[in-house]
Order: sequence, then C-alpha cells, then structure tokens
Amino acid sequence: MQQRTPIEEQIDLPFVESLRISFQSLKIRFGRSIITTAGITLGIAFLVSVWTNNEIGLALQESGRQSTINTFEETTEKGISTKDIWLIVMSLIVCVVGIANSMLMAVTERFREIGTMKCLGALDGFVVRLFLLESGFQGFSGALIGALIGTLGAVLLGLKDYGLDLFFYFPLFPVQPEDGTMRLGVIVVILLGCVLGMILAVIGSAFPAWRAAKLPPAEAMRTEV
Amino acid sequence: MADIVVKTEDVVKEYRMGSNILRALDGINIEIERGEYISLMGPSGSGKSTLFNMIGALDRPTEGQVYIDGQNMSQLSQRQIAAFRCHRVGYIFQSYNLLHVRSAHGNVTLPMIFAGIPDRQRNEKAEQLLDLVGLGDRMYHLPDELSGGQRQRVAIARALANDPSIILADEPTANLDTITGREIIDLIKRLNTDQGVTVISATHDLKMLDVSDRIVDIRDGLVERIRNRDEIDIEVGEVGSEGH
Ligand SMILES: Nc1ncnc2c1ncn2[C@@H]1O[C@H](COP(=O)(O)OP(=O)(O)O)[C@@H](O)[C@H]1O
Ligand SMILES: [Mg+2]
Repeated sequence: MQQRTPIEEQIDLPFVESLRISFQSLKIRFGRSIITTAGITLGIAFLVSVWTNNEIGLALQESGRQSTINTFEETTEKGISTKDIWLIVMSLIVCVVGIANSMLMAVTERFREIGTMKCLGALDGFVVRLFLLESGFQGFSGALIGALIGTLGAVLLGLKDYGLDLFFYFPLFPVQPEDGTMRLGVIVVILLGCVLGMILAVIGSAFPAWRAAKLPPAEAMRTEV
Repeated sequence: MADIVVKTEDVVKEYRMGSNILRALDGINIEIERGEYISLMGPSGSGKSTLFNMIGALDRPTEGQVYIDGQNMSQLSQRQIAAFRCHRVGYIFQSYNLLHVRSAHGNVTLPMIFAGIPDRQRNEKAEQLLDLVGLGDRMYHLPDELSGGQRQRVAIARALANDPSIILADEPTANLDTITGREIIDLIKRLNTDQGVTVISATHDLKMLDVSDRIVDIRDGLVERIRNRDEIDIEVGEVGSEGH
C-alpha cells in the first residue's frame, strides 16, 4: 500500500472565529437562550435580594432605626441573625443548583451538535471554548438582570419596613463599622452576584461540554435530545 | 498495483452495556480502491453504521486496525484525527446532522472555518457547492426551512467543502421518498464519476445497487460476501424481470 501525503495536524482557530460562531448560535436559538438565561436570572435575583435585604437591615439597625417587624429576632454578636445567615446559604444553594441544572440541560440537548462539529474537524478545545463563551455571556447578562431585579425587590421590602429612612441610610458603598466587621454595600453585592452567576454558568456549561467533547463523535451523535 | 484508500484488518467492535458485551463487528477485512463506489449492504443491526464509524475515525475499534491512505489510524494524535476528519473525509448521515443554528451556507462554510480558509474564499466556495447540489436559491435558509431532500443536499455540499478524497455516507436515502432518494444517489454518483471521489455508503436501498462498483454484504458483524459490478448487473436484471 502506498503512502500518500501524511496527515497534517489540525490548526487552532483565531479567537474571533469562536466569538462569531458562539454569538450566532446565541442569536438563532434566542428563545432557548432566554429560558436558560432566565434560570440564571432567577437564582441571582433571589440571592441578591436576600443579601441586599440583609445589608439594608444591618445599615438601618446601626443607624438606630428598627424594623417594624424584625425587632423580636435573636441577633448574633455581629448583628446578623441566624435566620438571615440561613436564608443567604439557602439562596446560594438554590442559585448554584438552579444555574448548574439549566446549563447542564442546555448542553445535553446539544451533544449531537458537538459530535457533528467534531466530524467537521473541530478540536475538543474549540468545542469547549465555544461553550465557555456562550455561557459566560449568558451568565453575565442573566446575572446582571437578576442582580438588578433582586436589588429592586430588596429596596421595595426595605421601603415597607423602614419607610423613606431607607434612602437616607442606604448602604450603597462598602463600609467598615467600628466592631471590625465588613459591610459590603449594595454595589459590591450586585457585582459579586454578577461574577458568581457568570462563574456558575461557565462551570455548569463547560464541564458537560468538556465531557461531551471528549467522547468519540459517534457516541456524542447517538444521544437523542 | 491497485491504489488502496481504505483497508481494515480484523476490525472488531464491542459495545459494553452493563455486564453484556455486544460484538457489533466480528473481524472485518476489506480493501477499497481509490475512486470506487462501494455499498455496504445488510439488514438493520448488522453493523453497517459501526463499520462506517470505524472507517471515518468517528469511533475506535476494540481490536484490529484501520488504514486510510496507508496511514494506521490508531497511531494518529488528536490533532491529526481532527485534521483527518476535516480534510480527508466528507460525512453524510441518514438524519443529515446539519447544525440547525446555521444556514445552509453557514453549514457548508463550517468545515472550511475549521480548515482555516479565509473568509471570502470560503464564502465563494460554499456558494459554488450549493449551486452544484442545486440549492443556489436557498443558500441562506436555515435547515428547518428546507425539505429532507434539500437538507441532504446541504449535507452533501458540506461534505465536499474541503475536497475530501473519501465520501462516507450512512444510509443517505433512508429518510427520503423514492424519487428524492434517487436524486441524492445520482448526485453522489456524479461526484464519484466526475471528481473521482471514493464513495463508501452504508445502505439497504436497492436503488444503490446499480451505481455501485462493488457491494459488501454485511451480516452479524461479518463480511458475508463481496459482489462485483458485473454480478450485480445480472441480479438487478433478475429483480427487474420478476416485476416485484
Ligand atoms: N453505541 C452503541 N452501544 C451499544 N450497542 C450499539 C451501539 N451502536 C450500535 N450498537 C449495536 O450494534 C449492532 C450493530 O449496529 P449498527 O452498526 O448501528 O447496525 P446497522 O447500521 O447495520 O443497522 C446493533 O445490534 C446495535 O444495537
Ligand atoms: Mg445504521
């Protein structure tokens, strides 16, 4: 058997190509993207509302105001009630599970697409990069919207509890009160929410995408929705 | 000496499902010459798609070797395998496997993007290929907006994008009606005769018989027999005279 031209090595694609392909994909499956993004938005909205609500409560407690309904709660030394800690932890869990789940579903229904791209010459790393880009963008935009909704919710709740005093003492920026604790302030909470949403979305999507990209294309393409 | 493009050596493929092991290929030895039109025939479940996957480097055999252009496929790196899929083979599937987020044109350009072909060049080539398969007026439609036959034409154009030396087709007509199936077969045959592309097609479509140079009958993961063109002609004649 004669030896033909040896088989070359596949090239890496320029970043802009990945960017173009992933944005086109987001655009065309807009409806589906919105649903996945909504999962992220909800998770982050919940987390940020609980967290911001807590910041507001602390700031107003310090100012000497009392919530009309929160007065009877037992508080820890630092002024955060165990119930609030519990709520924040719960909302974090809801957020992590919710986002991971919606990303996982979004990737699983695209196994066939992953297999097909590999048939056409895509490297595993390229497939993962596409999903990193798509999910990073979805994660950030979904989380930003969620953080704003969450803040709005917390502000409305605060208005109900403290009235217009809320705006007077509104904890927008980080402060360090004398007891040595740290108050993040609403802006930082929003930023953290966005970053967290993005990281969760990226991990939740890149991990299954990486697993699918490692499969032989024949197997990836066998998976039915 | 014949120019052998594809050679399989005792190829075995086992699928493990729980504690069961299913031997889908049980030692396949075939040699395919450059420019041939080969049909892999056999009943459903006989192992055609599995063999298709082995030849196309879409899966690894459990045992045995596959040589393409004299190159042992098991010795290739990941990058070489990707380049092989990109440049050497064009795949056509029963269910088309188009990316539904990309237009017909976008599907055809994708393998050229992976090959690093510049923007303008690949756009032109995609237009040419879509013209060739008769979809010049549907280039920017999404797959969902096309009929089955049209989708398969897009898949064929996409398979040709990087001028492969082998076209692998897995039951390309199975989802199509008789007339559309005939058109698709004729199109693939035309590529075979005009451009000298080697065609390897799994099928149980009898319409494929009379365009094939050789037919490999597969049964239970084994090559049952290999028939040549002249033997086929006689049988096609017989089938015709029986008048169904
Ligand atoms: N990924 C897989 N896992 C388990 N069994 C499989 C897999 N792929 C194919 N098989 C089995 O291998 C045999 C051959 O399948 P296949 O090659 O698809 O046949 P054909 O294409 O001729 O219909 C069948 O019994 C099928 O069920
Ligand atoms: Mg099959």
